[in-house]
Amino acid sequence: MPKDFEAKTTGIGAPMKRREDIRFLTGRGVYTDDIKLAGQTYAVIVRSQVAHGRIKAIRTEAAAAMEGVLAIFTGEDFKDVGGNPAGWLIKSRNGEPMREPKRPVLAHGKVRHVGDAYAAVIAETYEQGRAAAQQLADDTDIEELPAIIDMKAAAADATNRVHDEIPDNLCYDWGWIEDNRAAVEEVFARAPHVTTLELVNNRLIPNAMEPRASIGEYFPGTGDYKLTTTSQNPHLTRLLVAAFVLGIPENKLTVVAPDVGGGFGSKIYHYGEEALVLAAAKRLGRPVRWTAERSESFLSDAHGRDHVTKIELACEKDGTFLAFRTETFANVGAYLSNFATVTPTFLHGTLMAGPYKVPHVYVNVKTVFTNTAPVDAYRGAGRPEATFSLERVVDQMCRELGLDAFEVRRKNFLTPDMFPYTTPVGLVYDTGNYQATLDKVIEMADVAGFESRRAASAAKGLLRGLGLSTWIEACGIAPSHLVGILGARVGLYDAATVRVNATGNISIMVGAHSHGQGHETVFAQVAADRLGVPESSIEIVHGDTSKIPFGMGSYGSRSLAVCGVAMTKAIDKIIAKGKKIAAHMLEASEADITFEAGKFAVAGTDKAKTFGEIAFSAYVPHNYPLETLEPGLEETAFYDPANFTYPAGAYLCEAEVDPETGKVTIEAFHCADDFGNVMNPMIVEGQVHGGVGQGIGQALLESTTYDETGQLLTGSYMDYAMPRASDVPFYNVDYSCQTPCTHNPLGVKGCGEAGAIGSPPAVVNAVIDALHRGGHTHIKHIDMPVSPQRVWAAING
Amino acid sequence: MELSDSRHIAARPDIVWPAILDPEVLAACIPGCESLTGSVEAGYEAVVVQKVGPVSARFTGVVTLSDIIPGQSLTITGEGKGGAAGFAKGGAKVSLSPDGEGTLLTYEVKANVGGKLAQLGSRIIDGFTKKLADQFFENFAAKVGGPPPETDSEPEPETEEAPKKGWFGRLWGKKDAETAAETAEGGDA
Repeated sequence: MPKDFEAKTTGIGAPMKRREDIRFLTGRGVYTDDIKLAGQTYAVIVRSQVAHGRIKAIRTEAAAAMEGVLAIFTGEDFKDVGGNPAGWLIKSRNGEPMREPKRPVLAHGKVRHVGDAYAAVIAETYEQGRAAAQQLADDTDIEELPAIIDMKAAAADATNRVHDEIPDNLCYDWGWIEDNRAAVEEVFARAPHVTTLELVNNRLIPNAMEPRASIGEYFPGTGDYKLTTTSQNPHLTRLLVAAFVLGIPENKLTVVAPDVGGGFGSKIYHYGEEALVLAAAKRLGRPVRWTAERSESFLSDAHGRDHVTKIELACEKDGTFLAFRTETFANVGAYLSNFATVTPTFLHGTLMAGPYKVPHVYVNVKTVFTNTAPVDAYRGAGRPEATFSLERVVDQMCRELGLDAFEVRRKNFLTPDMFPYTTPVGLVYDTGNYQATLDKVIEMADVAGFESRRAASAAKGLLRGLGLSTWIEACGIAPSHLVGILGARVGLYDAATVRVNATGNISIMVGAHSHGQGHETVFAQVAADRLGVPESSIEIVHGDTSKIPFGMGSYGSRSLAVCGVAMTKAIDKIIAKGKKIAAHMLEASEADITFEAGKFAVAGTDKAKTFGEIAFSAYVPHNYPLETLEPGLEETAFYDPANFTYPAGAYLCEAEVDPETGKVTIEAFHCADDFGNVMNPMIVEGQVHGGVGQGIGQALLESTTYDETGQLLTGSYMDYAMPRASDVPFYNVDYSCQTPCTHNPLGVKGCGEAGAIGSPPAVVNAVIDALHRGGHTHIKHIDMPVSPQRVWAAING
Repeated sequence: MELSDSRHIAARPDIVWPAILDPEVLAACIPGCESLTGSVEAGYEAVVVQKVGPVSARFTGVVTLSDIIPGQSLTITGEGKGGAAGFAKGGAKVSLSPDGEGTLLTYEVKANVGGKLAQLGSRIIDGFTKKLADQFFENFAAKVGGPPPETDSEPEPETEEAPKKGWFGRLWGKKDAETAAETAEGGDA
């Protein structure tokens, strides 16, 4: 941790330990599956074993007659309710709206991927439910149809269709920015040098530690419903279930997301099981619970990434960038998950200028339906794909032209005097200093000493390489006015209520949901700092739509930059109200009241009231002038950001490759990030560690493999390699280069996704660098995961 | 998964051919077969119990014989549903030709698995299929032609994944499957 941050013990900038960890680490967290209810019943989902098939018959009689079975649901039960909608309308290059097939609660007519839910059994016990689900599976006739797995083949095939009504399996063919296409083509036609790479951004399975789980309750006396669920986004889930799927009035549905054990994007979305347990609870008049088995998580959680991209870079011979052009196929899976359409488009194409002053960019994305699990945003969401393409092609260009990878980036960086800067892909970067983070990482990594470390590796028969990635992201999602223009069907503001209780302690209800990020600590730190009260007097309440004014959830590194700002706006209102109360109590003019370090004082006097005295007075208003001063001390604020925030940084990976086995070992990983102002450096470091760990997992280990019939071959931890402690190095993290965000009062930018965005290209660049230094100069690229098998094959190919 | 192999049977093709069409012979030779009923014309219904790595299942399914050229060749196609374990389907193209005093039986096997079998067992399915096919044709050769003489060397396995005949190979093959089973059960809890 940089020295400046170690000294503080409280408030903004202090490396305070996470208060929530005490309950997590002592087994006292309360997750959805920990909640037991009187009269509860168990839902077991029946899932397709084939990737594509027509449901001919589901004979429910035998299963229904089994012991303990209370109800059976099939697609037929939900055919008249709404589908689970996509949150973003994307238009194709020709102006046509995207194709948007209905995503039903349970599959009806056809099953479209292995794991597609087509029926459910509700039973007294889990075991009885499982037995009946088995019977139901045996009593179901599904005519298997040819599976559509390969994206490019799917887009070319007019006969074999994932959705009968979509002839070419294409959701949309998007151009960004279409009007710039001709100009970009012209640049390429006359460019002195063009570098081309074909890249696969491998499909990832999120693998949150806690599998998805949901409990539905119905209260017949009032007609109220309650859904307890593993969500990053309880208000959006309430909106989708209420307004789109089941038609429950929004004020009759409470959604609670209690402790949630990781999401990484996969728990942003509403899933059919949530609507199912609610509908079943109403039919039975009893609580209905469902918890995914790990196998179900592999098959049915929204996956991430899965792009195939051709990227071209046009440049001068000295490495000055002239244009980027990409053609990407993005796999959306069998149905549109809630953010599936925006992830490969506006969260990806708009980042295709990177931190560079490149004048021309054109991005084409064809998003394709296949008979695989739905694909949606996963930590970074579109931005890792953009960064990987850019940083790989820049590295390759340097190699082709014999240029220095550090100097080429430096030459092309936007400079601090250029902000605010409008990119050719539609964003306005507010601030940044990319040279500073690059300089920092070079210093941290002792690049000057690399040659001697390389020689030491070589003496052991190992190849050592250095891989650089200079990344930027647009996060703090998102300004509603902008996303509205771009097709979003929601606004992306957030909200908070600050309730000062009569005894002076404070409850703060925030729309952001914490599922491992440490909000309960950081939000309390920020509020304590602003109010001049101890953190211990502040409780952060999240994840319950009945308590919280509204919220758009946690994802896109938005919690602090959007919801945290909403909280500070509500605190500003509390202070303003406190000044009114103080003016009344101190018999002074409101304009003369100052607030500092938890005290309201009359300027220039020693007359003051503590925060606690003001709070007590607000609830015991014996002599308030009621026409001008309301009792109570509670304020709510909504905050809609004016722009995205733009964290950026420089990552350096130092890797060793064993040419005999192809094994890659990451020897060191250095991160110099600019997250703007840092509220809790310890938590920031933890987020970077986690993100880089996931990036290393993607780069070296994780591979989601479907066979040609659509069977998931990597559906367990025996087959899907997650990164373990031994696969990652001790991280060297710095965040002292700070250009505070210019448009939010905290000056924060967001740090949750950075590691997963910046690290994969650094790892692959390091491997390619090591191989080239070792004389294997025929190797242009190795697809992720860069497994020993692939490295060995490349060396010996 | 595809594999092909051939095997010498110490009986003439005119003895071997009717045996391969005989449900009783088939039932005795299919590893783990609990029952097999039916006829060449109508196809057979079979119940087979197998353990693939971590996944145990009773497969019920149909077996059909097609492309029949009497005395020479036929295609055996089967599809078995193993309930929660998933499903397996595949086929073998079998041809017979005179081989000295006996018959050379050549087979090309194609197999696919789905559901949990694919999810948990795909790593070992190639070896498993090979083992199953070997066992079947070994049983068949023994039943029809009598046990192979001591000196009769068995054909070399074509793929690296094929189980080795030595004790070392068997030990490792067994150990892998057991470890996998434990991991799968633990992971799924």
